[in-house]
Amino acid sequence: MANIEKNIIDGLTGLRDWVDDRFPLMQNWNEHLAKYYAPKNFNFWYYFGGFALLIFAIQILTGIWLTMNYKPSAADAFASVEYIMRDVSWGWLIRYMHSTGASAFFIVIYLHMFRALLYGSYKKPRELLWLSGMGLYLVLMAEAFFGYLLPWGQMSYWGAQVIISLFGALPFIGDTLSLWIRGDFVVSDVTLNRFFSLHVIAFPLLIFGLIGAHILALHEVGSNNPDGVEIKKNKNAEGIPVDGIPFHPYYTVKDIFGATVFLIFFFGVVFFMPEMNGYFLEHANFIPANPLKTPEHIAPVWYFTPFYAILRAVPDQLGGVIAMGLATNIFLLLPWLDRSPVKSSRYRGWNFRCALTLFVISFFILGWLGMQPVTPLFTWMARFFSLVYFAFFLLMPFYTAIDNDKSVPDRVRD
Amino acid sequence: MDNSNVDKGRRRFLTAAATVVGGAGAAAGAVPFIATMTPSEKTKAIGAPVEVDISKLQPGERMIEKWQGKPVWILRRTQEMLDDIASQNEAVSDPASESSSQPEYATNEFRAREDEYLVVIGICTHLGCSPSFVLKDGDNSPVVDWKGGFFCPCHGSRFDLAGRVFKGVPAPTNLVIPPYKFISPGQLLIGDDSEAA
Repeated sequence: MANIEKNIIDGLTGLRDWVDDRFPLMQNWNEHLAKYYAPKNFNFWYYFGGFALLIFAIQILTGIWLTMNYKPSAADAFASVEYIMRDVSWGWLIRYMHSTGASAFFIVIYLHMFRALLYGSYKKPRELLWLSGMGLYLVLMAEAFFGYLLPWGQMSYWGAQVIISLFGALPFIGDTLSLWIRGDFVVSDVTLNRFFSLHVIAFPLLIFGLIGAHILALHEVGSNNPDGVEIKKNKNAEGIPVDGIPFHPYYTVKDIFGATVFLIFFFGVVFFMPEMNGYFLEHANFIPANPLKTPEHIAPVWYFTPFYAILRAVPDQLGGVIAMGLATNIFLLLPWLDRSPVKSSRYRGWNFRCALTLFVISFFILGWLGMQPVTPLFTWMARFFSLVYFAFFLLMPFYTAIDNDKSVPDRVRD
Repeated sequence: MDNSNVDKGRRRFLTAAATVVGGAGAAAGAVPFIATMTPSEKTKAIGAPVEVDISKLQPGERMIEKWQGKPVWILRRTQEMLDDIASQNEAVSDPASESSSQPEYATNEFRAREDEYLVVIGICTHLGCSPSFVLKDGDNSPVVDWKGGFFCPCHGSRFDLAGRVFKGVPAPTNLVIPPYKFISPGQLLIGDDSEAA
């Protein structure tokens, strides 16, 4: 018996070596998993990158299957989604996984970004890691926007109409640009067809490529950690960071455990509250698109509402569009706005801690305001919290430079 | 490989020239891809004028037609409505429609060829929602002392019964008046105003 076992192992090893002579299999396995040394002190916040990857896989898989039954035309789109929901075997599950996946994607991306703010993961030498991540976030927003038009409900239609009109507010090129995006004088069959193409081919490919760049950049500079200490500064005789552990098996096991818990919550939503009371799937989107009538109350899906509140807070049309664009893109400047030498908020002073807390609070309140109808009180609240939002970034060079930072330990704490 | 006899200046020149020519080729190659996303001939044809029968429209009544895929409202205004419009010149931001978009024949007090009929594109000039028609004395007046008009549910812009925007709302200009003409009493042509005064 032992002989058979030995033969099988020898055969597999031989096969591996045969491949290795022709393809860098073990080299990549070691570089990115078995001999990629990550800090040993990862905590809860380090789950969300892996979750984002998992959701990307879910979206690609369910997206391919949805495409088998969906029809990208103004005449058929709404009915084909209802067909998927009612007549296609298990179609409802595929569709709810995809729609829940969209919101879940933004939840984990926002938490992933918050982690970077909390532990200074955007700071030198991780600027390109941060920029590739921000690129992913912006591309993901576009991907979600294109996808939201496809069910061709009232919110799909009027949401797209408002967002494309934002480009129309730009001086000189605005009208031509919005006409070019729509391919028609209004959002129409033409627009739906091209959004389908962008949603299922162009932007998923972009996201795929950017994820690759993001991971390559991460593995080049190495992961940050809750202490914000560079583990590469402290290596043993073999050149391995003393405070590092191989990603595989240690963090693969951790991430698989986390993924299991995540999927329990994810499918809890898919099975029991896929509409999330109008937050994940808005009520008005169960009415087919009607180009002649705007719903009484329109609001974007929750993940866009903080920026929508900022848009509405500015009394000038072009000014609102600029403020909204700035609010989404200003994160790109973080590595250069932050003047503190300390990464982790564990060792940063109260200036940054308070600023970050105020920023998170204003982000939540703006998100809530973006879902509410316009009233004078809400408009003034939106203006106040928009100021707090921008102050976090624009005043950062000042309050981080004079912060009472603590001293950072040489090695990560156990 | 022996590079000692290479004319480096010549090599650099050839590399630069090939890059420039190749770049120009790539730029030219991008043109069809960008142009294919502009409105097609078929799309432009759907923008053709539409003929509307307005003979059955009662005073005070509004009908919605589709032109270029956009809602076009035709409102038959009563004398009281016209008086209300005239009384609000102070409250609107562009009373004479100087910075708004309308054909020359509609650049007047009531923004119409004939005072009785308002023909207007029902798309808010802010971000493209379609405002709702709210009558005077309705239950859902957006402000006190509302004299009838149009209210945009998206961002709260208000317009009077001539499509003029009120002060202090996000919409920058009055609602757009499309080109139109009456081809006979009760017959309206939207999208074409040629051969008419």
